[in-house]
Amino acid sequence: MSHIARNAPTGGLQKRLETNSILLLLAILLLVSIGGIIEIVPLFYLHNTIEKVEGVRPYSPLELSGYNIYVREGCYTCHSQMIRPLRDEVERYGHYSLAAESMYDHPFQWGSKRNGPDLARVGGRYSNDWHRDHLRDPRSVVPTSIMPGYPFLAQTPLDSAHIAEQMKTLRLVGVPYTDAQIDNAKADLTAQSAPDDPGAEALRRRYPNALVYDQAGKNGVTEEDALIAYLQHLGVSVNFKLYDDKAAVNVR
Amino acid sequence: MAPTDAPSKSVTFSEATLTLLFIAFAALAGFVASRAHTPAYAFHAALFAAGSIAAVFALLKRYELRGAEPPPRLIGGRPNYNYGPIRFTALAALFWGVAGFAVGLYIALELAFPAFNLDLPWINFGHLRPLHTSAVIFAFGGNVLLATSFYVVQRTCRTRLVGELAPWFVVLGYNFFILIAGTGYLLGVTRGHEYAEPEWYAISWLVIVWVVYLIVFLATLAKREEPHIYVANWFFLAFIVTVAVLVLGNNTEIPISIFSPKSVIVWSGVQDAMIQWWYGHNAVGFFLTAGFLGIMYYFVPKRAERPIYSYRLSIVHFWALIFLYIWAGPHHLHYTALPDWAQTLGMTFSIMLWMPSWGGMINGLMTLSGAWDRLRTDPVLRMLVVSVAFYGMSTFEGPLMSVKAVNALSHYTDWGIGHVHSGSLGWVGFVSFGALYCLIPWVFARPLYSLRLVDWHFWIATIGIVFYISAMWVAGIMQGLMWRAYTPQGFLEYSFIETTDALHPEYVIRAAGGGLFLIGALIMVYNIYKTVRSPSANRATELSSIPVAAQ
Repeated sequence: MSHIARNAPTGGLQKRLETNSILLLLAILLLVSIGGIIEIVPLFYLHNTIEKVEGVRPYSPLELSGYNIYVREGCYTCHSQMIRPLRDEVERYGHYSLAAESMYDHPFQWGSKRNGPDLARVGGRYSNDWHRDHLRDPRSVVPTSIMPGYPFLAQTPLDSAHIAEQMKTLRLVGVPYTDAQIDNAKADLTAQSAPDDPGAEALRRRYPNALVYDQAGKNGVTEEDALIAYLQHLGVSVNFKLYDDKAAVNVR
Repeated sequence: MAPTDAPSKSVTFSEATLTLLFIAFAALAGFVASRAHTPAYAFHAALFAAGSIAAVFALLKRYELRGAEPPPRLIGGRPNYNYGPIRFTALAALFWGVAGFAVGLYIALELAFPAFNLDLPWINFGHLRPLHTSAVIFAFGGNVLLATSFYVVQRTCRTRLVGELAPWFVVLGYNFFILIAGTGYLLGVTRGHEYAEPEWYAISWLVIVWVVYLIVFLATLAKREEPHIYVANWFFLAFIVTVAVLVLGNNTEIPISIFSPKSVIVWSGVQDAMIQWWYGHNAVGFFLTAGFLGIMYYFVPKRAERPIYSYRLSIVHFWALIFLYIWAGPHHLHYTALPDWAQTLGMTFSIMLWMPSWGGMINGLMTLSGAWDRLRTDPVLRMLVVSVAFYGMSTFEGPLMSVKAVNALSHYTDWGIGHVHSGSLGWVGFVSFGALYCLIPWVFARPLYSLRLVDWHFWIATIGIVFYISAMWVAGIMQGLMWRAYTPQGFLEYSFIETTDALHPEYVIRAAGGGLFLIGALIMVYNIYKTVRSPSANRATELSSIPVAAQ
């Protein structure tokens, strides 16, 4: 290699490193560990990383199914769920996002690109019917939209056979699902998608302010129903009339 | 019948173990396929079973064809280099490159003309975008890195790659991972982390492959005949080991069942975001930068027939780069719910990162000292040098965009897409093309079919990149400004859809730029096809065609 390397050190630490592959490996490992450890580890220990707020609860089985579809269809490739504390964003989308609002998202869906608008507070902004039209044919409600159409969601029955298994796994990693929530996953899913279901009362007890949808009855619950339930839940958990945002800005 | 005086052939330990492992794995995969929760997972389990059975047949075939003794490490006092896996990955890189660029062009057209989504699940933007990013980064870039690292480590250590089965396991296993990941995106199997979409079973397979890769690389370094480990290998080693750390950190997940493709990541919300961008930014830093700098440090001096400009600068470049890069992740999360102290650290280190990056660029460019005239006559060298210039440009733009005030404008817009593509098309793409134009003639022992076609490739692709990145600068800055525009009365001036409408011309220009880049790559494929299919030059001319500067 003498023709492409010259002035190789004849002594010192660098010489030891570049003549011993294991030492080189260990030195690399040491150097690349430092930054990651300093930036990541404190996030698990500093108490002000996630604000203390009322109202954020784990997703109901129907909302969780919708979240799965949101992830599966790659919605995060075009939509963020993270409103920055900048004047125009707060006026366009609503209160800036809190860390607490995504603390049960495994994985987080903050996104990195807005080919479409931010969805962090889209819940309750549009009617279920609007979402239905928009998902089936976005250009029927927004003529110049560049969003793909998702008509197939309305024709695909929701596969909820394994939703309780997912809730159990989520509980393992810290989402506070109760035994009752896991045992009644199927019942709650049905109750949330049919307005006359007798389980609606129990559902609301287990998942405060869960909205019950007039969706099923055609061919059972579809993937579209679940996705809309998820979208309508986005950003509605925290009551910002009661939330002291000045305090949070100061600690962040 | 074989003559009886030949030494008798016996099955080696690794042949026997691998065969048994693959048989067991095929049985396990078949069992999982029969109980899979989803058809997509059943398909993948069946692919694993089929792949394992194919591996068993390949092992048997190889045993039948091989000699009784392992290939000699030296022939006539010269190292007997192992080029088989390099030939495979070099051609695989071209295949995946063209596939990845074509998907990129298609999704660019989807953004310009949404009818291209066809209202179908498997080819809508959300499914194809991860396919595009993974195909170009991990399939194209990954195969280029495998090919060049296996070549460079052998040549600079003057020794044959360690292991006979292991290098083949690495290159075939890696491409099998790509097959699983890519088909998964089409079928909707994803973890929902950018650049880290493959689910737990694909990643588990990748981890096995990667550990073998690290072992092969380290063992070859350990057997070297040169006293010093050459600088390109430092970068390759940092790339291999850090990518292992990053993948393990960002894939800390629990499958909801062995029969389900779905897993749940241990982290959530703000911690998940930090760990994802610690991973994501260092996929850029170590996969797309450190690995490809290894390529620069070998192929630029080789092609220019000049020594590296400054050995001292390479040392500073290497250690400063790997130490600083790791910190830069939080600049993807400016003004988010990530705590301010982490954002500030990310920004500070991103700005500092400018220095080692430009140190490396200077080291690469100044290597041309005394050989600048060759840029006129050698389009391959020109490609390598322009790639280093793009490296300098995007490593200046990156720190600029990591400044919070700039990021407030650029984040969430196409400026980010433009920045990524000036780095990936200009730097990673061109340094890969340049390296492959050198490498393929060397490992196939044939002269390159046409330098004129390389010239065409260079100019068409360069014009494509200029179209692409200028369109994205305009689109990104325009949309960022429109989002924050206010009327004199104090109302937001534009609705969101108006800011999207404004991007249409830029999206069309971007697609045209991507199309040119793809045409350049197709010219390359034709050139390489003609090269590989040409009659082999004899061994002597091959060796003399490798530039070996006498010094």
